[in-house]
Amino acid sequence: MTSTHQPTETGEQRASVRVRVNGVPRGLDLPVRRTLCDALRQDLELTGTHVGCEHGVCGACTVLLDGEPVRSCLMLAVSADGHDVTTVEGLTEADGSLSPTQQAFVDCHGLQCGFCTPGFLTTISAFVRDNPEPTPEEAREAIGGNLCRCTGYQNIVASVLRAAEITRERAADSGADVGTGTDTEEDAR
Amino acid sequence: MKTPKFTYHAPRTVAEALDLLAEHDADGKVLAGGQSLIPVMAMRLASPAHLVDINHLTDELGGLHVDAEGAHVGALVRHSRLESDAATARAVPLVGQALRHVAHPTIRNRGTTVGSLAHADPSAEMPTVLTLLGGHVVARSVRGERAIEAADFFVGPMESCLAYDELAVSALFPAPVGRFGTAFDEITRRHGDYALCGAGVVATLDEAEQLTSLKVSLVSISDLPEVIDLTDLVQGTAYDEVDHDVVAQRVRDVVDPAADIHASADFRRHLAFVLTRRLTREAAERALAASPDAADASAPSPRTAGAPS
Repeated sequence: MTSTHQPTETGEQRASVRVRVNGVPRGLDLPVRRTLCDALRQDLELTGTHVGCEHGVCGACTVLLDGEPVRSCLMLAVSADGHDVTTVEGLTEADGSLSPTQQAFVDCHGLQCGFCTPGFLTTISAFVRDNPEPTPEEAREAIGGNLCRCTGYQNIVASVLRAAEITRERAADSGADVGTGTDTEEDAR
Repeated sequence: MKTPKFTYHAPRTVAEALDLLAEHDADGKVLAGGQSLIPVMAMRLASPAHLVDINHLTDELGGLHVDAEGAHVGALVRHSRLESDAATARAVPLVGQALRHVAHPTIRNRGTTVGSLAHADPSAEMPTVLTLLGGHVVARSVRGERAIEAADFFVGPMESCLAYDELAVSALFPAPVGRFGTAFDEITRRHGDYALCGAGVVATLDEAEQLTSLKVSLVSISDLPEVIDLTDLVQGTAYDEVDHDVVAQRVRDVVDPAADIHASADFRRHLAFVLTRRLTREAAERALAASPDAADASAPSPRTAGAPS
């Protein structure tokens, strides 16, 4: 639970916040006006989350709040109290290998300068989780709120479709674990 | 771009929130989704001394239920939840048709529909939808509770009639009565941008497939959402004999949009004409597809998905 302190001599009210970031519970003591993206970068030193426009237009700061993409620049860190946050650093698989979305960006050359990439990766990870078989139109709609100033959109759209493909492939590979196993696959092993 | 200093309050009950709003009066501001308020504060266009964060009040303000009246939407219902709600889509399809145009999916995950109403942006979709449907906002304060009709709720650009001590706790988007069809679309420079012009339409038909009412309301055209009643042009006309050019011409004649850097007044009038002509046809066709017996049997049309701007 958030506990707030009286304003200090600078007039800056501070608060204690408990938030689970990439699966790890973290305690923070920060000014109440600090945005979530600044808290991630400055207080937790997770600089993978990038800060672009700071008013919700560019999408670079997108993180997952309880699994859903949100703009971390449009959210106060104190409002995240008691919630789960996943940043780009938390997308890799448990064994350290690249997630389907990350692998898709490698496969499809989905980044150039890379500034916008963390926001795309978080957004697309949630999208392919919810839409395992997107059409190209749905892929475009999904990333409509993310800007790439290198304008490499064609490859990013291809990356969305590839990420969904890898997700399906991995689900099929894990066979019976996810209930999609078939006799053919069993025999193949 | 950082927000000015403020004192933060995270009440645990609505009653506590109302006490805080009453105590701080003009210095207090409600924080819900924050998708408009936080950037407005970061740009220093607003600097409330006290922020009352209502995000913990999901038990009291997170309700969404649909009944014969329409969709009752609590103050903490995010756009994305309302957009994907099947009962709302059946009873009040216009809500979902419009929500698809509200910013981007990521913004809709956090932004609240009631918050958008309270923000009262003339370029926003939901104030127009609420006005077109004849809905209301329920406001509560330590003084009591009142329902405010949409026609009274919006009093100026970015200005509602909410008093400083009032919290908008819910809104009702009424279900159109009878055999109805609705449509919504907007024209933007880029996908997800503020609309140069947007329009919502509600059409109703009788059993003989003749129009009984036709109403349109526009986005980004006037400071306040207004309903343009076109019923006198179409009443008693078979749905497929309506002259949509005449209907749209009426809209072009009555609107008086402002010019800005994005579009001239004439261009906006033209867009209002084009959108009206397209959407009145679409709404009438959907009304035809709806069952003549009961409004609640009208399934959401698959054609509403992904309509290009």
